[in-house]
Amino acid sequence: MTAVPSTTGAGVGFASPLAQIDAAIAERLLAAALGSGGDYADLYFEYRSGADYLMEEGRVRTVGRGVAVGLGVRVLRGDATGYAYTEELSDERMLDAARTAAQIASSGDAPGPIAIRPLTLPSFYGIERSSLELAGTDKVALLRRADAAARAADPRIVRVEASLAEEWREVLVVSSDGHLARDRQPMIRFGVSAVAEEGKQRQGGRSGGAGRFGLEYFLRPGQSPEEHGREAARLAIGMLHAVEAPAGPMEVVLGAGESGILLHEAVGHGLEADFNRKKTSNYTDQVGKAVASPLCTVVDDGTVDHARGSINVDDEGNPGRRNVLIENGILAAYMQDRLSARHFGLTPSGNGRRQSFRHEPLPRMTNTFLSPGQDDPGDIIRSVKRGVYAKHFSGGQVNISNGDFVFSLTESYLIEDGKVTAPLKGVNLIGNGPDVLRKVTMLGNDFRLSDGTWTCGKDGQSVPVGIGTPTLKISEITVGGTRAG
Amino acid sequence: MSGSRSESASPPASGGAPGARRPLPDPRECQRHAERMLSLAKKAGADGAEVLVRDGRELSVKVRLGEPELVKEAGSRGLGLRVIKDHRAAITYTSDFSEEALSKLARDTVELAQLAEPEPLGDLPLPEEMAREIPELGLWDDAVLEIDVTEAIRRARIGEDAALKFDRKVTNSDGAVFGRTVGASAFATSAGFSGSYRGTHASFAVEPICDDADGKKRNGVYWTSSRFVRGLADPEAVGIEAARRTVAKVGARKIPTCEAPVVFSPDAGRGLLGQFAGVMSGGAVWRRSTYLAERVGTAVASELCEVVDDPLLPRGPGSRPYDAEGLASRTNVLVAGGILKTFLCDVFAARKLGRRSTGSAGRAVGGGPHVSTSNLILRPGRTPAAELERLPRGLYVTDLMGFGFNGVTGDYSQGAGGFWIEGGARAFPVSEITISANFDDLWKGVDAVGDDLDTRSSIQVPTFRVARMTIAGS
Repeated sequence: MTAVPSTTGAGVGFASPLAQIDAAIAERLLAAALGSGGDYADLYFEYRSGADYLMEEGRVRTVGRGVAVGLGVRVLRGDATGYAYTEELSDERMLDAARTAAQIASSGDAPGPIAIRPLTLPSFYGIERSSLELAGTDKVALLRRADAAARAADPRIVRVEASLAEEWREVLVVSSDGHLARDRQPMIRFGVSAVAEEGKQRQGGRSGGAGRFGLEYFLRPGQSPEEHGREAARLAIGMLHAVEAPAGPMEVVLGAGESGILLHEAVGHGLEADFNRKKTSNYTDQVGKAVASPLCTVVDDGTVDHARGSINVDDEGNPGRRNVLIENGILAAYMQDRLSARHFGLTPSGNGRRQSFRHEPLPRMTNTFLSPGQDDPGDIIRSVKRGVYAKHFSGGQVNISNGDFVFSLTESYLIEDGKVTAPLKGVNLIGNGPDVLRKVTMLGNDFRLSDGTWTCGKDGQSVPVGIGTPTLKISEITVGGTRAG
Repeated sequence: MSGSRSESASPPASGGAPGARRPLPDPRECQRHAERMLSLAKKAGADGAEVLVRDGRELSVKVRLGEPELVKEAGSRGLGLRVIKDHRAAITYTSDFSEEALSKLARDTVELAQLAEPEPLGDLPLPEEMAREIPELGLWDDAVLEIDVTEAIRRARIGEDAALKFDRKVTNSDGAVFGRTVGASAFATSAGFSGSYRGTHASFAVEPICDDADGKKRNGVYWTSSRFVRGLADPEAVGIEAARRTVAKVGARKIPTCEAPVVFSPDAGRGLLGQFAGVMSGGAVWRRSTYLAERVGTAVASELCEVVDDPLLPRGPGSRPYDAEGLASRTNVLVAGGILKTFLCDVFAARKLGRRSTGSAGRAVGGGPHVSTSNLILRPGRTPAAELERLPRGLYVTDLMGFGFNGVTGDYSQGAGGFWIEGGARAFPVSEITISANFDDLWKGVDAVGDDLDTRSSIQVPTFRVARMTIAGS
């Protein structure tokens, strides 16, 4: 047993300077940004404070804290973007960034005056105070609880690692069309991984969760440190006797929640407006056409309370929204950022997101999911003669141009004569977006949003996202196992 | 514990590139910040401290269909601090370099360390382990700075235009991107080392698109990359190669599920070698998260396989004169004649395993030291690469997708694309399949290694062939 001295954990680094940025400063910077003839400009001020705690071998090994602040300036001229950033918020450096970004345009017209007005925003996370201000010892206690639960779950658990990360991000977006939006975005992320050994067999399991919460995250059902610890142990133990997965096309049942990775990869990315503006997506010019089974209604929704991908405001100053992308199989809309919306003559859909002030905004997903259907999940499994039941995933990837996608299963089982049987070794599923969505033949009534720590990467930028589905059946998809024939 | 012992091996930075408003990253200035932070940490009560300072400038230009689409230009710097107090560790970072901010950071970090629990193995390395000199590795090229926005756009236009004109099947473009970075890095530790160096890097990529049947499109990419401008391939040649690769994918289809030999192009094989090094990391070994944990001195690959990690490669993309804990860089042979020779270790992993550090610590400003490769190389063989495709039937892989590797068990499965080989030649393009095998069988099954080492990246592989893998398709 080790006694940990009491400490607040607060106060590392500097406080947010964003409150000192007022309309007058913003107007001056926007004037400089448009000084070379750009037709639109925006300023993105960001303050990000974070902490992480790591427990390995029952011991808190490191504690980390950091703060970052900066300004990104974007100038548009037609479809072209000029971008510059600085992490020093002195007048000189900020003006420097504005003038550098301005160079994308070269006509030299002086801008007219800009009247800035603050936007009133909804509140999908409602956290007034960051968990960073709470005592560090409380957080260490959470790690200890998860560690103990995972170890106690089974004597074959030989190693446990638990981690907690907290983030507090403040953003201020000011655009040359006069919008000013401020938001404070909390995030908490928790993960436990366990290694099990039995004879020469060794396997790993992982459980994690995330959302726009403070420490109240852990009070929700299924999300206590103990539950994450036991789940990691269960997965590691369960995989010890996993058998080789089959290879080739077959029926696959995807479990509720995490299977949303299918939507994210198979259609989500392809419906981001930039690819369709440039006609590089396989969904280009498909609005109004049937692109999926009539069972499928796909939604991207940035307004789900406390979800990892939710945003009161996007990183271009547009409020977060719920957007129906595919309705009963018909392609309804793309996800728009400002640049693409201008091109299509539409309003932005609240999907303009960026990793940080160092990055230009892109159309990105928020929480993307498949709406529930009518089928009983048990009936879906019973309908399969020989196939795979997929429950947990480690990630996926898509090729936007041709729609081919792959996603990796970390917990899956064989289905034989309508019953879930042997656990399978890690395996990939590979398919083509439009093809697979046309093969959705049963849809469960058990919709669930995944609690996972999903992070989406595009053009070198990472943003937190949410995913969800009910249980569903795909009549045929290629399973990438090692057992051919 | 001494302060500065080694001098920066680089000359002082010249005053600034034409048009640059901010001064260039200066290794000596970074080193001064690092040493100042170190003394503040000691003053705040740290038993030991390490400071990493990085300063960089980036320029990135994207041209699409002949017009500039994105011009991005900026500089950024950061300071990372690791403090040890009573064998407890804390890690913090900041971008505010003012005296007041650094003093506060020092005090806060020492306090933060009280939240961690004592881990004597996590103490700083011993003074006698520290690097004694900083080798000159040729990582800097003034000519990189001379490429301004106008020149970058010019190169991008030439490359993209060459791709668009190569073949009528090229109907669209995802653009041509020219990027360059210049950076300085300094490291100071109370274990008795202080050093700095600087480097340049430039790259250029072209990504054409072809239309295929059923509304599908085919994209392909080719790129060039070097620390030196004259090390870059000609933009026109990059565009033509990108188009050639893309056009060749038109008509790609699935193949039936089977077992067959698989030839990995350098672009596909690079990721496999990176995953292989991951399971040879001392960090993975003491965490019991690698199937190679008990395998030093045994065969882990075919006798054709020689794998080295070489941070001292002159002008190498991943070269570093010292590691992230201040230890001297050295060339490590990981696999020789298929036998696993050593794990890569930083100081902590080495202590956990009762070994010596291999000088393989890497670190980002916001994180602690961890095992990382530098220039990871699968040594080329003598077989001309084209001969590897002389198979009655087999698969030539150009692209891999997804994250299907489990280091604990070695189970491997990824999405793949490439060409089906029949009668010794590429018969047709293939997509939407997976390849899988256990890594132990995969590496032991390497039956040919080509002579065409691809040196563009910090992971360098030639073409190589695996005797048999499972291919899942139709």
